[in-house]
Amino acid sequence: MKAFLLLCVMMTVATTVGITLVLVFESLQFFRDVGILEFLTGRNWTALFSGPQQQFGVLPLVAGTVMIAVISAFISLPLGLAAAIYLSEYASNRARSILKPVLELLAGVPTIVYGFFALTYITPVLLKPLLDVGTFNGLAAGIAIGIMTLPMVASLSEDALSAVPRSLREAAYGLGATKLETSLRIVAPAAVSGIVASFILAVSRAIGETMIVAVASGSSPAGQTTVSGGLFDFTQSMQTMTGFIAYTFGSDVARGTTEFHSLFGVGLLLFLMTFVMNLCSQWVTRRFRKVYE
Amino acid sequence: MSVETQADLVVGSRGRSVDHFQPRVQQRRLLGKLWQWVFLAATALSIVLLGMLLWSIFRPGWQYMSWHLITAMPSRLPERAGMNSAIWGSIWVVLGSGIFSFTIGIGSAIYLEEYATDNRWTRFVQTNISNLAGVPSVVFGLLGLVVFVDLLQMGRTLLAGALTMGLLILPVVVISSREAIRAVPLSLRQASYGLGATQWQTIRSHVLPSALPGILTGTILSMSRAIGETAPLLVVGGASQVLFRPAGPLDPYMVMPLQIYNWTGRPQEEFEHLAAAAIIVLLAVLLAMNSVAIVLRQHFSKKNRW
Amino acid sequence: MIATSPRVPVPQAEDVPVQGGETASPILELRNLDVHYGSFHAVAGVNLEVGQQRITSFIGPSGCGKSTVLRCINRMNDLVPGARVDGEIYYHGHDINRPNVDPVEVRRRIGMVFQKPNPFPKSIFENVAWGAKINGFKGDMKEHVERCLRRAALWDEVKDKLKESGMALSGGQQQRLCIARTLAIDPDVILLDEPASALDPISTLKIEELLRELRSQYTIVIVTHNMQQAARVSDRTVFFSLNEHRQGMLVEEGPTSQIFTKPRDQRTEDYITGRFG
Repeated sequence: MKAFLLLCVMMTVATTVGITLVLVFESLQFFRDVGILEFLTGRNWTALFSGPQQQFGVLPLVAGTVMIAVISAFISLPLGLAAAIYLSEYASNRARSILKPVLELLAGVPTIVYGFFALTYITPVLLKPLLDVGTFNGLAAGIAIGIMTLPMVASLSEDALSAVPRSLREAAYGLGATKLETSLRIVAPAAVSGIVASFILAVSRAIGETMIVAVASGSSPAGQTTVSGGLFDFTQSMQTMTGFIAYTFGSDVARGTTEFHSLFGVGLLLFLMTFVMNLCSQWVTRRFRKVYE
Repeated sequence: MSVETQADLVVGSRGRSVDHFQPRVQQRRLLGKLWQWVFLAATALSIVLLGMLLWSIFRPGWQYMSWHLITAMPSRLPERAGMNSAIWGSIWVVLGSGIFSFTIGIGSAIYLEEYATDNRWTRFVQTNISNLAGVPSVVFGLLGLVVFVDLLQMGRTLLAGALTMGLLILPVVVISSREAIRAVPLSLRQASYGLGATQWQTIRSHVLPSALPGILTGTILSMSRAIGETAPLLVVGGASQVLFRPAGPLDPYMVMPLQIYNWTGRPQEEFEHLAAAAIIVLLAVLLAMNSVAIVLRQHFSKKNRW
Repeated sequence: MIATSPRVPVPQAEDVPVQGGETASPILELRNLDVHYGSFHAVAGVNLEVGQQRITSFIGPSGCGKSTVLRCINRMNDLVPGARVDGEIYYHGHDINRPNVDPVEVRRRIGMVFQKPNPFPKSIFENVAWGAKINGFKGDMKEHVERCLRRAALWDEVKDKLKESGMALSGGQQQRLCIARTLAIDPDVILLDEPASALDPISTLKIEELLRELRSQYTIVIVTHNMQQAARVSDRTVFFSLNEHRQGMLVEEGPTSQIFTKPRDQRTEDYITGRFG
């Protein structure tokens, strides 16, 4: 029996080993055809073109990923933190019983639904009246991802704030501080490691998000459409690393070709980026955790 | 003990320092009230956003809800199209992934909580599981493609899809199962050992039954996340049309989120409405699954009062 | 939102004329103080006067409301959901237990030191300076921090490490840091809730010595379950106990020497001689 249990645990290790091996092995094939340097520094990504037009500079995909993640952070970080402070320091039990489920609902909506929302509502109803955006644009995707990750920031930050012991708040009030001063200048700084970790995790999630960008942000890498204003133009279509993978599998790609292997090169880069960020968030939590007792 | 400094001698006759304070209490109060409204607005905004989201789905989708939608197969013609194959595909994939992750998840959780000692290897395993929970879902698709579809030659079948999704939700199932097992009080285990039971007997007869509701809840919640996941199945299952219900694990298949993706990408406007209606169906299934999980949790937490 | 009823001014400490010695007029007066936590009647009918610039101690068995009464004085019970404080609390003749009196105003004149030292996770300097800063201190902060640390008998031990974290100090030092931090807001009254109960005997004696030094400039009220401490440190002692309804009540109050040698009430004598509690 114990052997079976051990086998189960090994399955989790095998998953990671499997992911690493698959990504590395297939990427090696890719890097044999396309040099790593050209991959990392090239500014043209036309993987699905044929012949001499086919280029594998990943920068546009990375630019798209980063830009959309940054846009989402503008929404999820401040709103999430504000919600966390409100829920932790101000809200009555009745308010919490309404607001927390709403946040959980927002977090539970499948990403394809957010993609639909971004394409059919955010772009035509919210953005087009105000800005000159294309039907597919990075801004709508970024906003939708921001809304999706907002609950994550709120929930993790709220946990961090609630973990600050009551005695610190009492000390602040005892000195004649107002609630705002206590919350912002004593409680929040004491919880900063948890809050920053939640920020990093939300951005990491945004980087790994696939369906929202596949639906709403289109399949033209940034800087390639005729109307676009450059690598970071979020008013036009911006393909991300994940969007490229989704798009390519949406149109059957032949095995063994360079473009097939490029998927794994991109996948490896994606995996490394999110892995490093997740490690950072764990490091931040450990290193900056303020000792209270 | 304390040495009188020059500063101390300058203080007033009541021991008060000559410097004074400008506490401006009213201003600080006002500022506090202002920020309170800001925080509340930011939080309440989430209600507005949820409302917008639901509106954007129900407005185009509600009228397209019909029995036909659920029973018919996909078609090029919007008036004929339905999502029957996708519904069945989703059910099978989620069931398969649930069974897989439940089994392996319980096994891992039991081992880590009851048998493992605290050494470097155990800690590595634990960190590894936490990290896996944060890997983008599309990467699991790449893994499934190479290992299940190609290497193990399952092809783009239901089995490959279910196994891929099973691996995706496994870390979360392990984590929540461990919490459920940890919640079983020590006194229960001690009572069992005190009667001469072995470790496995204790686990099988006492720990597992009492942790089971929590484990089930965690698994059902993970399954409800799996039913909404699209990216891995896009890679592993392919997005071509599937016009029948999968008859066995080695059949091609379609799942609801993929069908939605497919319809969203079509130019005809009717397909946008169909996609919205399909989303409503998907959300209804999700709601049902989550409700089951919550009811389960409530029911068993009432029964198992220590 | 904003209080529209006329705000009752809380007197500035500087405005009130000094009166020293045993015949000082009371700086604090509690009348018919009742405290409820929800439906639980915790403290019943306390009437008490606290004199200026002396040390008053609250003694009594645990659970009889000493800390509760103390926390009423600086409106800390406002923070407890479901707590209701009825009765009057006069500070320099003004009732501060009224809804239109802002507790923030009260707390910067009546400071508090807690049972378990609770320095902020900030530097030693920041710990002392923070309260002064938010209360709008206008002056040389470095001088002010040094002054407060000296008065708290901590300066010599920390003067070289002001930038280090306050949490890195020992328990006794942390508590003196908390005292310094309270001194920094320049209060009139200092309330201490069993300040040495979590500390070792040497630190306890240091704190007691410190309180005797501070008496000349501040009014001090200290809750303690340690009778010897009350006898060593305070000028007047107040004995609390539970009445027949298990509510906290004030039994007896008087000069410390009298309470400990010739108590008037039998319950006081029973407690002092260790017959109960």
